[in-house]
Amino acid sequence: MTVLLSTIALGLVLALVGYGVYLSFRVLQFPDLTVDGSFTLGAATAAALMLAGWDPFAATAIAALAGALAGLATAVMATRLGIEGILAGILSMTALYSINLRVMGRSNLGLVGVATIYSPADALVRKLAGGPEVMLWGQAVPSDVVAQALTALVAVLAVAGILWWFLRTELGSALRAGGDNPRMIRALGVSHEWLVTLGLMLGNALVAAGGAAFAQLNAFADASMGIGIVVIGLASVIIGRALVGQAAALPVLLASVLVGSVLFRMLVAIAIRTGLEPNDLRLITAVVVLIVLVVPGLFTRLTGSTLLSLRTKGGPRAAA
Amino acid sequence: MLRLEAVSKTFFPGTPGEVRALRSVDLELATGSWTIVIGTNGSGKSTLQGAVAGAFTPDAGRIWIDETEVTARPEHARARWIGRVFQDPFAGSAPSLTVAENLALAERRGQRRGLRQLIRAGSRARWRDALAEIGLGLESRLDDPIGLLSGGQRQAITLVMASLARPRLLLLDEHTAALDPRSAELVIALTRRIIERDGLTALMVTHSMAQAASLGDRLIAMHRGRPWLDVQGSAKRAWRAERLHELFSEMRREDRFDDATVRVVVPAYR
Repeated sequence: MTVLLSTIALGLVLALVGYGVYLSFRVLQFPDLTVDGSFTLGAATAAALMLAGWDPFAATAIAALAGALAGLATAVMATRLGIEGILAGILSMTALYSINLRVMGRSNLGLVGVATIYSPADALVRKLAGGPEVMLWGQAVPSDVVAQALTALVAVLAVAGILWWFLRTELGSALRAGGDNPRMIRALGVSHEWLVTLGLMLGNALVAAGGAAFAQLNAFADASMGIGIVVIGLASVIIGRALVGQAAALPVLLASVLVGSVLFRMLVAIAIRTGLEPNDLRLITAVVVLIVLVVPGLFTRLTGSTLLSLRTKGGPRAAA
Repeated sequence: MLRLEAVSKTFFPGTPGEVRALRSVDLELATGSWTIVIGTNGSGKSTLQGAVAGAFTPDAGRIWIDETEVTARPEHARARWIGRVFQDPFAGSAPSLTVAENLALAERRGQRRGLRQLIRAGSRARWRDALAEIGLGLESRLDDPIGLLSGGQRQAITLVMASLARPRLLLLDEHTAALDPRSAELVIALTRRIIERDGLTALMVTHSMAQAASLGDRLIAMHRGRPWLDVQGSAKRAWRAERLHELFSEMRREDRFDDATVRVVVPAYR
């Protein structure tokens, strides 16, 4: 039960990264590799501030802001300096590795015994349960694990709700249209460069917030914790997409990222239980993403049905 | 209302592939006029549209819309005056957004995009009416992703989108070239209806001699980056499709030679 609940908590925290990646890769259709750096940036910023005595919520907010700045840097390179999007992300990611070391002052920071964003929920759970353990379906679960799952759930639902609202506003809809069809949105009077900037800032703010929440979950921040995180975020998006199909409506797609992230953590937990080591995590991630990407295509080729197809139809890209 | 003064554009300058797409073009469109532009491949007809829309900045010359000089303004900063329909029927709409969302985005062409909800109560009836006018039953598909519709249906909606926020200038860039004959016919009928209903100023590039002969009140044939023929009124009506085909054969014949050869050889043909 404890393992299940902490797996869910981790899945929910990483769903924040999933939403960031969803914004850049799916909505904006911009392959943003800044994510590997901005995840660590969020963790490093929050950890450094909290160790300096900051309130964990304020520290997490500043971490998100730092992530937005990282996204801005990539956007400026991609839209104003004419650098290929993927290379702009790699440049940011590379620069951020050094910046993160500067922020932390060394290669890792421990957060044991420091109040985190999970502490208020922990206090509440302890009070309600009358002790440090909660009985769930006849099993004792430490209150902090329950608190982490609850806090992460509230945070992720809030983010999903805000995205659902934002993506239907005039601006948010322009963002979606801009990813779909840059030529059309320009003809309608919106600068595509501005949309890319906005999308990358929002996306990396979410990723950095995910990094900050992740660091507080594991009570440490490490300079190399962000390696491959973009693929982990992509895994939630792709698994979610595979679950709901390509033509799903916006709220369903948003929910699918959350479900995809939790499901992916469970797959990883099962893989580790069957004898793989935590060090194999990145390999498992890559293989899972590969499978989810390739199987629908194979399915289509073997059966002639596009039921599982992940490609969006009818776009100018598809027509080209 | 649209004025071009000595506008020139050369692509790939200084290379063997250099194309002098526009050569010092002067052009003035009167408010409410409907100008048809024809020309052979590489004649500059699409480049002319690009210059007006702001797809690039001309190498020389100036462009005005009404009293505003727009020469240096990027595409998106000209959108509040210009409604556009492209040749690619998929280029004018965002496939993953619904028909209603596409219409709502177009309705705010050139305006600031804020944090109000895009789809607001009260707009749907207006959109339904606009779609009903197409005559394809699209008014019942407001909430479908527009990517599910056919090219012809999407091009018709794009045309409605371009006219929703009434443009000062409507740019049509071979907007039926990629459609099947029936859809093309439907889109042309709709084009005529919208332009006449709203009294729009339109600049329409076409590949079809039949369209060039039957539509509009002014006809410009582009050749080698310049208007070669520019007629309006009764003089335009004299240009039937067959005569336009002859004009085209002549222009194509010239296309096989370079500038210097043309100057020497062509008078001999005449």
